[in-house]
Amino acid sequence: MTFFLISSLKAEPLFLSEYNFFKNIREQIPKEGVIPYHIANPLFSDYTYKFRFISMPDNKVASYNYENIFNFPLGTTIIKTFAYPVDDRDLKKGFQLLETRLLIHKKEGWTPVSYVWNENQTDAKLKFIGKTIEANWIDKNGNVRNARYRVPNINQCKSCHQLNKAIMPIGPKGRNMDLDFFYQSGKENQIDYWEENKLLKDVPKKKMIKPAIWNDETFLIPERARSYLDSNCAHCHRKGGSAGNSGLYLSLEEVGRMAIGVMKKPVAAGRGSGNMEYVINPGKPEESILLFRMASTDPGVMMPELSRSLSHKEALPVIYEWIKEME
Amino acid sequence: MKKKFLNIIILNIFVFIGLISSLFSNTIQPGPRAYDEIQKALIFSKPGDLIQLSEGIFEFEDGLSLDIDNVTVAGEGEDKTILSFKNQKSGAEGLLVTSSGVVLKDFAIEDTIGDAIVVKGANGISFIRIRVEWTGGPKESNGAYGLYPVQSSDVLIDSCIAIGASDAGIYVGQSERIKVLNSLAKYNVAGIEIENSYFAEVIGNTAEHNTGGILIFDLPDLPQQGGHDILVANNLVINNDTKNFAPEGNIVGNTPNGTGIMIMANQFVEIRDNVIKNNATTGILIASYQDEAEDKNYDPIGNHIYIHGNTLNNNGFDVDKVRAKPISDAINGKIPEIVWDGVVPFIEWIGISPSSRVTLGSNFTESGKADFVNLKLMTKFLVPIIHKIDNNYSNYMGELESIKPVVFLQD
Repeated sequence: MTFFLISSLKAEPLFLSEYNFFKNIREQIPKEGVIPYHIANPLFSDYTYKFRFISMPDNKVASYNYENIFNFPLGTTIIKTFAYPVDDRDLKKGFQLLETRLLIHKKEGWTPVSYVWNENQTDAKLKFIGKTIEANWIDKNGNVRNARYRVPNINQCKSCHQLNKAIMPIGPKGRNMDLDFFYQSGKENQIDYWEENKLLKDVPKKKMIKPAIWNDETFLIPERARSYLDSNCAHCHRKGGSAGNSGLYLSLEEVGRMAIGVMKKPVAAGRGSGNMEYVINPGKPEESILLFRMASTDPGVMMPELSRSLSHKEALPVIYEWIKEME
Repeated sequence: MKKKFLNIIILNIFVFIGLISSLFSNTIQPGPRAYDEIQKALIFSKPGDLIQLSEGIFEFEDGLSLDIDNVTVAGEGEDKTILSFKNQKSGAEGLLVTSSGVVLKDFAIEDTIGDAIVVKGANGISFIRIRVEWTGGPKESNGAYGLYPVQSSDVLIDSCIAIGASDAGIYVGQSERIKVLNSLAKYNVAGIEIENSYFAEVIGNTAEHNTGGILIFDLPDLPQQGGHDILVANNLVINNDTKNFAPEGNIVGNTPNGTGIMIMANQFVEIRDNVIKNNATTGILIASYQDEAEDKNYDPIGNHIYIHGNTLNNNGFDVDKVRAKPISDAINGKIPEIVWDGVVPFIEWIGISPSSRVTLGSNFTESGKADFVNLKLMTKFLVPIIHKIDNNYSNYMGELESIKPVVFLQD
């Protein structure tokens, strides 16, 4: 047992700094060749900020896919650091870094590892079994907020990243990446930038549809709601995902009314049903299980099951309006 | 100050002893480090490993998970090694298993905030002498499922105990090749439930003081449906007298108070040699799925249901007038021991196609022969004016082939 533990630990560096991804690890400034990016409609994780990077082996190229993950070359590492701002009204005051998650594309598949930041914020250390961090920050309204932030254990990584038994990244798909980023060289569309820098091939010539941004009011409510559900629910609630057994499928591509929950009865919800009949009861958000579970913070009820201990108050009205307007 | 120092020394000695003992034995003891130790063992075990839990009460705030094949997790007994989740703060279940060939034995999981043990997508999973329980008795706030393997195959549940689940104590969903043997389910809404599953044996169990003892269900709009080849034999299904406490909206919330065995929309189901007593609504209920389904391939009406050799006694003395309204509407007074709703496809109803959905062999009461009713709900819906229930047992007598024994792939 002990022997095995040590030999497993040896497979990955004990400290994040050993990978050499950063010019300044504390400030999360990547070194050259490690590409920062962001995605449309990130997953809500208790109001944490996320700093995302991709490191690909030299002279290797990923290939484009609109609705699925880019096909990344072996040796690619996807890097994501979770952090709370000291004061969300003034980000210059800096961040408390919590954990940095890596997904490493190896021969045997995508491998998840997590590094938890030390108190002095000088480096992050490998952690396989998860950890609870009692964190606090000042929110946009100047209120002090607390969260029981859970670093997932390595099995929990799989829970969200599983697709047909294999571990897969979730974010970097064509439709999630098609937005501007402020590079050192200036503002540019991420897909254009990747293509120009020979990081991405097979990019379609024609303009692809950009999905709605859930909190951008220039889009219609139903589109905003579907975008939100896609990025917050569909990693499990899709065919082949870890909630595939529910028959509730929430990805943007899903068209079946009952598949997205309309007049669908719960199967294994238990008290997650909140004494309601349907996942979505059109016109009646207060009688829709979907909204009830999104609003809850009871671990036996709430959805998603992982990644949050707080509810996403800003997103709930979008889902509410969507169901309210629905026929 | 001095005292504090002494405390630290004592504490260190304890930590040291703990470290030493964990180096020399694989047995995990209760204590503040137990969660990390178990979760570490669950992550770093290799196929074939045994994770041994000592006697004692382990108190956990977060869920556990296992994703390594062929690992055995064993305690010292369901009454000795207790994993208590009374103060659970995260995780939708107590233990989640996502790997194959895992054996769980001789421990208990109590008071999880959601389900007790969930197993997803396993080829081979064994629960042996496991107890799952909500210790506060039947309550709507209890977790939904006790033992909950789903989308799995070669599922063995042997000599387990499930108490207090707000849905089903033992629930096998969307799985195939299943044996539920010698187990006890009590004070759950559903004692034992086999749902959307293929090739199952439910043999030698006791289901008592649930709302419904044993449920064989098939539901629409799920990745796997069309449940078939289910044998329910030699079970004791008695005194199922707990009022339905499922949160509304759940299918199981429709289970009438005091149902012995209920079959909904499955094909090839054999119910034989069970003892079914003291269930207020009825002993055996055969029903169709009544709600809308989007799925065109879903068949809401059961077929090839064969009921024989059962002893039924004192069932149907106080029918649930809300959940079993079609029964209480049709019958005044004592309800027969076996009830079929009589819903058939239209072509069978008008007689173009022969209908033998339910087949009865001999079934007994303690003093004679069991009675039966076909509620003929199809006629009631279509031509209420000619509607009459059918009490004539001999109209349904016959013999079907027995369900073949379940054979696991590795057997």
